[in-house]
Amino acid sequence: MWELIKIELFKIFRKPRTFIAFAAIAMIVGLIQMGFYVDGDTYIQFGMQALSESFDIDGKILNGYLLAYIILQTLLIHVPLLIALVSGDMISGEANMGTLRMLITKPVSRDQLISAKFLASAMYTLLLLLWMAIWALFGSMLIFGTDDMIIMKSEVVTQVLANDVFWRYCAAFGFAALAMVTVSSLAFFLSIFAENSIGPIIACMSIVIVFTILNTLNLPIFNAVKPYLFTSHMLGWKGFFDLKVNSDNEQIVGSIENLPAVMRSATILGIHVIGFWAASILVFRKKDIMS
Amino acid sequence: MPPMIEVKELSKRFDTFKAVDGLSFTVNQGDVYGFLGQNGAGKSTTIRMLLTLIRPDAGEIRIMGQDLRSSRSEILRRTGAVIERPDLYKYLTAEENLMVFARLSGIKPRSAELKQKLDVVGLADRAGSKVKTFSQGMKQRLGIAVALVHDPSLIILDEPTNGLDPQGISDMRRLILSLSRELGKTLVVSSHLLTEMEQVASRMLIIDRGKKVVEGEVKELLDPAHVILEVETLNVEQDKQWLLASRWATMFLHGQDRSFQVKLDKADVPFFTTDLASSGAGILSLKPQNTLEEYFLSLTRKDQYVGTDQN
Repeated sequence: MWELIKIELFKIFRKPRTFIAFAAIAMIVGLIQMGFYVDGDTYIQFGMQALSESFDIDGKILNGYLLAYIILQTLLIHVPLLIALVSGDMISGEANMGTLRMLITKPVSRDQLISAKFLASAMYTLLLLLWMAIWALFGSMLIFGTDDMIIMKSEVVTQVLANDVFWRYCAAFGFAALAMVTVSSLAFFLSIFAENSIGPIIACMSIVIVFTILNTLNLPIFNAVKPYLFTSHMLGWKGFFDLKVNSDNEQIVGSIENLPAVMRSATILGIHVIGFWAASILVFRKKDIMS
Repeated sequence: MPPMIEVKELSKRFDTFKAVDGLSFTVNQGDVYGFLGQNGAGKSTTIRMLLTLIRPDAGEIRIMGQDLRSSRSEILRRTGAVIERPDLYKYLTAEENLMVFARLSGIKPRSAELKQKLDVVGLADRAGSKVKTFSQGMKQRLGIAVALVHDPSLIILDEPTNGLDPQGISDMRRLILSLSRELGKTLVVSSHLLTEMEQVASRMLIIDRGKKVVEGEVKELLDPAHVILEVETLNVEQDKQWLLASRWATMFLHGQDRSFQVKLDKADVPFFTTDLASSGAGILSLKPQNTLEEYFLSLTRKDQYVGTDQN
């Protein structure tokens, strides 16, 4: 199996389109960092205006940790498209090129072939998230330095101590990777039905967009299905930055406010990944290769 | 020694269209087996079933004495194939393509070995070139190299001369013959070009609308001592029944709506016609077909299936 995965990874990384996502992430992160480097203080002052009237805020508010949070929040909405570019092409691209029939005539079972391709696309997604982490987190830490991280939400201000942030980022990127692998799995599954990659990429993005819209509509008819939509759980990484408070209303270092909710979201995403993988195997097992 | 391929009552339907209908044939070891039929006759569907690209609705396929369903990997490890045009990874070089398919076949050849394989098809000097820069003929040759990279015993080529210029066709013919004669490979070669098949095949199967029309040694089918006679009568079904019950039964080849064909020793033609007339058959015409080409034409009734020109 590892030999098959290596072959698939070799093919993925010899395709020029693979590097579009890496270049896009590096460019977007770089632009955000440049923007904050030039105008970041004005932006932070504006954001902290209300808070400054009530509290005496000391330290470096605009630091690498905060910027990584802003980048992660902004980018994770768009990364699915970059992932679908590759995962949606895994089977349909081979069908389109005519190489799928060459692959099937080799002494590799269809289950092994589909699993190797599935795992290779998941690895590509993980590498993309690692790339994003390097640029967004380590790059920002290098440029802006580190300090406590202050996150402003609608009614709550969370302060995470500098020595309590890094592990949260590791966990958050891990969770984000799982969320992105879910999108990758969906695009991969859809690619089995098509003979060109445009269809699965558009279909995957349409599903993500429709599900995201359903999440935002607070209507009883949709509320029943929302907990089961993978898009409802894709932002679960934010849970790692919500801290428990003690009886004195002080935040507890190393705590997560609602760990069960984070774990539930991760489980639902994991079930989606396994579900798409199993469905891909079942569909492909019976598929006549006509391309 | 078991036959290389043994197909029994193979059928495949796409919705209401019956692409292959109860097809049976045998390919012996060492054959260059010509698989001939018009476009849409069911050749590619049959080949795809031999290579597990398509699942048959019914029938049995045994290759190298083993059942294809239960011994798929083992059979495919010893089989090489090019199906229609050999589409390869355009963004990879010739050598990289060969390496990918070799590894999928379970072998890890060194670069020198890959170049040697490319040399067989005359592409050694282009080993490092990306496939997107290749002509159709070069892609076809690389496809053959991919099919040969793991040294298979059985090679299946579906329309290997498609899209090739006359020189390419001639090269392909030479390659097929050399694989058979010098390396002792068994080849199944499909084509809609009878003249191509005549030059390379030792045995041949002609199919039409998914059914077998005739199978046999090319030498016999082209035997000058025999004649294939197309017999048109008023009541073909009744006369066919008479034939199958008569001493001429073994000479029967194929029946159509308005006629049937028999293969006779030339000396027997007067006796056969006398017997047929005596049976009360209303004979409308007797047309001798002295060449396989005429015979093939009589089966398909479409001139475009015969000739050296593919257009």
